[in-house]
Amino acid sequence: MGAPGRPRVISAESRPRLAEKARLRFDRKAQQYLLLFPERGLALNPTAAEILKLCTGEHTVEAIIERLLETYDTQPREAVEREVVAFLAGMAERGLVKAGR
Amino acid sequence: MSSEVRPYTLVAELTYKCPLRCVYCSNPLDYGRHADEVDTGTWLRVFQEAEDLGVVQLNLTGGEPLIRHDLEALIEEAHRLDLYTNLITGGIPLTVERLTRFRALGLDNVQLSIQDVRAGASDRIAGLRSFDRKLEVARWAKNLGFPLTINVVLHRDNLDRVADVIALAEDLSADRLELANAQYVGWALQNRAALLPTREQLERARAIAAAARARLRGTMEILFVTPDYYSEFPKACMDGWGRRFVVVSPDGLVLPCHAAHTLPGLEFESVRQRALGDIWRDSPGFNAFRGEAWMPEPCRSCDRRAIDFGGCRCQAFHLTGKAAVTDPACRLSPDHGLIEAARAQALEAAGRAMPLEYRARTVSLRG
Repeated sequence: MGAPGRPRVISAESRPRLAEKARLRFDRKAQQYLLLFPERGLALNPTAAEILKLCTGEHTVEAIIERLLETYDTQPREAVEREVVAFLAGMAERGLVKAGR
Repeated sequence: MSSEVRPYTLVAELTYKCPLRCVYCSNPLDYGRHADEVDTGTWLRVFQEAEDLGVVQLNLTGGEPLIRHDLEALIEEAHRLDLYTNLITGGIPLTVERLTRFRALGLDNVQLSIQDVRAGASDRIAGLRSFDRKLEVARWAKNLGFPLTINVVLHRDNLDRVADVIALAEDLSADRLELANAQYVGWALQNRAALLPTREQLERARAIAAAARARLRGTMEILFVTPDYYSEFPKACMDGWGRRFVVVSPDGLVLPCHAAHTLPGLEFESVRQRALGDIWRDSPGFNAFRGEAWMPEPCRSCDRRAIDFGGCRCQAFHLTGKAAVTDPACRLSPDHGLIEAARAQALEAAGRAMPLEYRARTVSLRG
């Protein structure tokens, strides 16, 4: 039982998924997505919501970046890559996203 | 007051009944006067009205929510409404079959209370032999795939074992550990002389929790809630009165916090008479301490008034007899001497065994 030590680090090949305790929900009042987990929630900007919607354990980080580039095609690729990886690392650090296989 | 005041969390206190008799229970001392008067249909209506108001989180709590035979129906409806639903429980009475049903019905999280890491000490606080069963319940929850929160209330007698508490939570593969120092209202205030730790104890435990938090980052979230008695400033109790939380008591009263109905002179209304949204918006009790108009000095001119909202109204009342004064936990409060005296008493009593008063009905049920 248990996973002692540090969780796996997010890499380009990881297939991240939401942690078991975290759930996405659209908030009608504020017209934005929330990430809900015990006792708290995060209000997500559209990009963050888009990334987390793709965190199903099926898509690699690379594939998620490709998908975002379709939407944000005016942004330089490197900037999008940096942003996605940093965001996912931060979420993993908080235990809200798991690196997956 | 913000123009968009909406609650995010509904705290549904389904019953005050509980097989445990914890000496720091946050239920009111006269809980026996408040019978379970909200039937299943009314709770289902309340969940729908809460969701309409903007609630996204639901805490099913009590007392012991497992006492309710309609918990299945409540979880099912909460899931249908897409509420993030957290069962806050002592784990008794429960079977693995019932917990399996909760999983299938869409319960999101199980929060289990454990009183200590040793069976004897845990059972002494709970007033019931329950420790071994609680560990079993924790294992069921994890085996069923639930995210698991372990909640341990900290006090003088278990603070020195906080490293063992963390080890136990790790062993149980908890996703979140709440190390919640007792808040001295309700039964905990009644037992304060036996429960309030010394500052030295508290600081040692805090350092251990901080090290564990860094070590377990991303694996197990560790929350360490400082007791107000050793903070310079009070907590933003409930994130401010009537701002983010709405509590419904077992007898249907709609409250800004678990203990607001212990404050005299405030008028609270019942979901049995009126819609939740109407009560939230304009019941006199809800508006009594919303915003800043009620604030006396030193809060009124304080920079922190939008951070801590003057602290806890119940703590203010139960320590000073006045609800509309600055929380005495604040070092700027003219009543702060009450807190300092309690700290001095804790230091003086350190190491001595003190009698405990168990949660019990002090008045008979109505009727």
